Amino acid sequence: MSRLAYGDGIRHAFEHLLERYANVFVIGQGLWSPWYVGNSMTDLDKRFGRERVIDTPVSELACTGAAVGASLCGYRPIVVHPRVDFMLYCMDAVVNQAAKWSHMLGGQAHPAVTIRGIVNRGGEQGAQHSQALHAWFAHVPGLRVVLPYSPRDARDLLVASVLCDDPVVYVDDRWLYGLEEDAAPIAERDLREIGPRVVRDGADVTLVGASYSTHLCLQAAEMLARSGVSAEVVDLRVIAPLDPSAVVASVRKTRRLVAVDGSWSTCGLAGEVIASVVERLEPGVLAAAPARVTLPAASAPTSKPLEDAYYPTVDDVAAAALGRVGARALAARGRQR
Amino acid sequence: MASEILRARYRLAELADPSRFREPLDIRGADPQRLLAQLRQMVLIRVAEEKIGDMVTAGAVRCPAHLGIGQEAVAVGISEHLRPTDRVFGAHRSHSHYFALGGDLDAILAEVLGKVTGCSRGMGGSMHLFDQPRGFYGSVPIVAGTVPLAVGAALAAKMDGNGDIAVAYFGDGAAEEGAVHESLNLASLFGWPVLFVVENNLFSSHLHVSLRQPAESVARFAQAHCIDAEVVDGNDVVAVSRAAKRLVDAARAGKGPGFLEAVTYRWRGHVGPREDIDVGVNRSVDLASWKKRDPVRRLADALVAAGAMRPDELDGVYGETRERVEAAWRRAEAAPYPADAELLRCVYAE
Ligand SMILES: Cc1ncc(C[n+]2csc(CCOP(=O)(O)OP(=O)(O)O)c2C)c(N)n1
Ligand SMILES: [Mg+2]
Repeated sequence: MSRLAYGDGIRHAFEHLLERYANVFVIGQGLWSPWYVGNSMTDLDKRFGRERVIDTPVSELACTGAAVGASLCGYRPIVVHPRVDFMLYCMDAVVNQAAKWSHMLGGQAHPAVTIRGIVNRGGEQGAQHSQALHAWFAHVPGLRVVLPYSPRDARDLLVASVLCDDPVVYVDDRWLYGLEEDAAPIAERDLREIGPRVVRDGADVTLVGASYSTHLCLQAAEMLARSGVSAEVVDLRVIAPLDPSAVVASVRKTRRLVAVDGSWSTCGLAGEVIASVVERLEPGVLAAAPARVTLPAASAPTSKPLEDAYYPTVDDVAAAALGRVGARALAARGRQR
Repeated sequence: MASEILRARYRLAELADPSRFREPLDIRGADPQRLLAQLRQMVLIRVAEEKIGDMVTAGAVRCPAHLGIGQEAVAVGISEHLRPTDRVFGAHRSHSHYFALGGDLDAILAEVLGKVTGCSRGMGGSMHLFDQPRGFYGSVPIVAGTVPLAVGAALAAKMDGNGDIAVAYFGDGAAEEGAVHESLNLASLFGWPVLFVVENNLFSSHLHVSLRQPAESVARFAQAHCIDAEVVDGNDVVAVSRAAKRLVDAARAGKGPGFLEAVTYRWRGHVGPREDIDVGVNRSVDLASWKKRDPVRRLADALVAAGAMRPDELDGVYGETRERVEAAWRRAEAAPYPADAELLRCVYAE
C-alpha cells in the first residue's frame, strides 16, 4: 500500500497502459503541456514519445473520429478532452459511431476506444466551461460510462476501460485530483464486472453518488454521524450500463434514498438512480420519498457569489438526508397519536 | 513534393517575422485626426487590459481573462468601417472587439469582476461579453462556436436588406474546427455578407501553428471556398483598415463574404497576465522581438514624424487613459454583485 492521489492515479494508468500495450496511444488537446490537464498526464510525451502521445489541433470531431477509426483496426486509443464541454463537437463520433458499430454490424466490429472527458468547473469559468454531461452518454446503449471517485478507481478503472472491447466514456473531475488514499498496486480488472459499491456502511439513509458527488456524500455522512444519523454511501463508479443492485440492497436496509449528482436533475443520473431503485422495491419499503441533490436548473454562472450558490455542497446533501430521516420521525409521531 | 510547393505558397513569410515591420507606419493618404482617434482607442484597450491583468495577479479578478495586448490594431482597424446595425461576434479573447465598437469602459470592467453593472449583467465575466446596441452580439469561449452564428447573422442581414453585415472574429486555432469550414462553404455558396476575421497570432494556447497546421496562412481556406481574402500585418492599423474597407464595402454591396487574415502576436500568455511563461511555453526571445512591432508605438511614431502629434503626446495619452481606467475600476469595485435570485432568472425569456 502506498499513498495515491487521484491525478497521479490517472497518470499511473496511462504509464501502465503505454508501457505494457503497444496498441495503446493517446490523442487529444494539451498533452504536451504540463498545465493543461492538471498533473494527470505530465511528461507522458517525453517518456513514451510524441508518436504515441499526440497533442492535437483544436479539432475534437476529427480526433475522436480518428480514434474510433484506429480502434476498428486493432488499436486501443484514448482520446482526451480537457473539458466535457468541448466534447459537444465530437458527439457524432461518440454517439452515432462508437456506440453503434458493434450492434449495428452484427457484433463484428468493436470500437475499443476510450474517450476521456474532464469535468473542469468553478473559477468563474461559466456556462461553456463547467458542464458535467455524463447522463447524455449514459443514455446511449453501447457506451460504457465510468465515473471514478477514489484515486484507486481513477487509476484501475482507466486501465479497465482501455482494456475493454467496448467504447468507454471515462469522466474524471479536476476537483478530485488532490484526493489521496492508500492504494494497492495497479490491478487489471474486467470492466464488465465493476459496478456500484458501498463505501460506507450505515442504517438510516442511503446516499448515492459518483465521482465528486460520492466525495460530497462521504463528507455528509461524517456530518450526519455527528447528529446521530447513520448514512450508508454507495459509489456508483460505472453509470452505464447501470447495475442498481447494490443501491437497491442498501435502500432495502435503510428505507431512505438521497441521490446526488453534479449535473442537472431533468433526465439525469440522480433521477435514474431513484427510478431504478423504486421500480425494484415492493410498495411500502420506503419510509420517505427519495430526494435528489443536483445543480439548479440553470447554466453555470461566473460571478463568484452566484457560483458559490450554484454547486451542491456537503450541507445540501446532509440537509436532504435529514429531511428523509425527519419524515420518518414525523410519521412515527403521527402513528403514536 | 507538391505539398512543399503548397506549403511555400501559404507561408506568411515576413508577416510572421518579428524583425520586420518595426518602422513607423506608412500613413500617407490617411486622415491624421482619424488616426489620432484610433491611437487613443488602442491605448484604451491596452491600458484596460493591463489593468485587468494586474488585477488577476492581485486576485481581484478571478475569471479566466485572455488578454489581447499587442493585437489592438486588428479590431480598431476593422471597426472603423462598421456601424451599430452590423452584427459582430467574438470568442474568448474579445476585449478589443468590444472596445473597438465603442464599448463602455465601466461595463466591461464591472463584467470581469462579476458585478451586476457589467455588460452581461455580471453573468458572463471576461469570456462572455455583450453590447448589442453597438453591434456586439456576443463573445463566448467555445472555440469557433460563434463562427456559424455570425454566418446566420449575415443571412438575417441579407434578408433585412439594409446592407448590414456580420463579422466573425476567430483565431488561427479556431480554423482547425470543422465548424469554420462548414461556415465558409455556406456563406460563400449563398453569398451571405459576413466578414471572417482571423487574428493569426501564431499560437493556439501552448502550440505554435507549425505544430498544428501544414501551412501558416489561414487565408488558404478562404481560397478553397472561393472567398475574397486579404492577408495583412495585423499590427498595422492602416493596413488592416484599408483591407477591411474593401471587404466590408464588397459585402455590403451584395458581393458575398470576405476573409481578412491579420497576422499578429499576443504579448501575454494564453490566459492570464504572465509574459514570461505560459502553459509550458517560453516565448521570451520572440516576444522581445514582437514588442518592437508594437502597433501603438508604430502609429505614434508615424504621427510624430508627420507632425500630427508632439513627441511627448503619447505619454500624455497613456497618462490620461490610466486615470480614466483607474476611476472606472474604482466604480466597478464599488458596484454590487448580482443578487442570488439572478441564478435562476433568465434561463428562459422573461
Ligand atoms: C471547443 C473548444 N476546444 C478547446 C478549447 C480550449 N481553448 C480555448 S482557447 C484555445 C486556443 C484557441 O486558439 P486561437 O483560436 O488561435 O485563439 P487565440 O487564443 O490565439 O486568441 C483553446 C484550444 C475551447 N475553449 N473550446
Ligand atoms: Mg491564435
